[in-house]
Amino acid sequence: MKHNLILVIIAKFLIPLIFLFALYVQFHGDFGPGGGFQAGVIFSAGLILYALVFGVETAKNIIPPFVLRLLASLGVLIYAGTGIAGLILGGKYLEYNVLASTPVAGQHLGIVLVELGVGMTVMSAMLLIFFAFAERGQSQ
Amino acid sequence: MIETIVDLTNLTFLTIIALAIARLRNLFAVVMLFSVFSLISAGLFVVMDAADVAFTEAAVGAGISTVLMLATLALTYSQKEKKDEHRSGHKPWLPLIVVFITGVMLIYGTSDIPDFGDPDAPAQTHVAPYYLENSLSETGVPNVVTAVLASYRGFDTLGEVTVIFTAAIAVLMLVGGRRKSTTNNNDGDSHET
Repeated sequence: MKHNLILVIIAKFLIPLIFLFALYVQFHGDFGPGGGFQAGVIFSAGLILYALVFGVETAKNIIPPFVLRLLASLGVLIYAGTGIAGLILGGKYLEYNVLASTPVAGQHLGIVLVELGVGMTVMSAMLLIFFAFAERGQSQ
Repeated sequence: MIETIVDLTNLTFLTIIALAIARLRNLFAVVMLFSVFSLISAGLFVVMDAADVAFTEAAVGAGISTVLMLATLALTYSQKEKKDEHRSGHKPWLPLIVVFITGVMLIYGTSDIPDFGDPDAPAQTHVAPYYLENSLSETGVPNVVTAVLASYRGFDTLGEVTVIFTAAIAVLMLVGGRRKSTTNNNDGDSHET
């Protein structure tokens, strides 16, 4: 598929827009539809499009599987760590009110952190699953 | 008025696609039709003002899961099975009866469901009014869905993220990595094992 000019041109045009849209969904999820889950899936869809057009090995050079494994774990860790931070700062687990000076600011900070963790884990998990299938297909 | 037309068109398409999926024997076409089914479902969710659900349905149902199903097909598909696809080894009567009875029960069940958007429905009278009235002043987040997901129902979302993480680990353990019996080259990922 590397020689398909139309696919390559269109993919090069679309992939940055997909990433931009994913970041918009991630950080605008508080105000409009969307959030970490959708953003993670859209971001991984952009990378999967890249892998489909330019080859899985090229995509793995951009974002190696061990980085993805670290990111997937880090996402869950950020989420659970936000809860632990609430505990340390004198609240209950996953209570965001104590994270900042005012309860509303704390809630906002907590929600942004939690959505970031969700986005990272979902993006890396989807890509890991895709790479696992694609890799198995190549080795046979 | 226009919503009814859109609903009817989408539901008609859904029915046609569902029938086509049941009739088809070509798995590749079935996967593509699943994707179209998800996209039309997302359109229906938008009409119902559930933008977040529609977003997820379009991204996951029509996007990622289609890619993953195609990848699975590429792994498991062989020319021999391609020939077998054209003959079905069973009579359709037993599944038809099961599907018919289930459908009748589901349609019977819908007669007790409150109308769409009914303010007196149990789902609208429990905690939903509290979220709608207080989520903006308590969390400062205008999107109620995000406020409920990330803050009020934070434990649930933590569980969901852990489920996705666990799914990735399970897939990696089952199909990830290269098998030692078929390949003996160490091309840079030996340090990860």
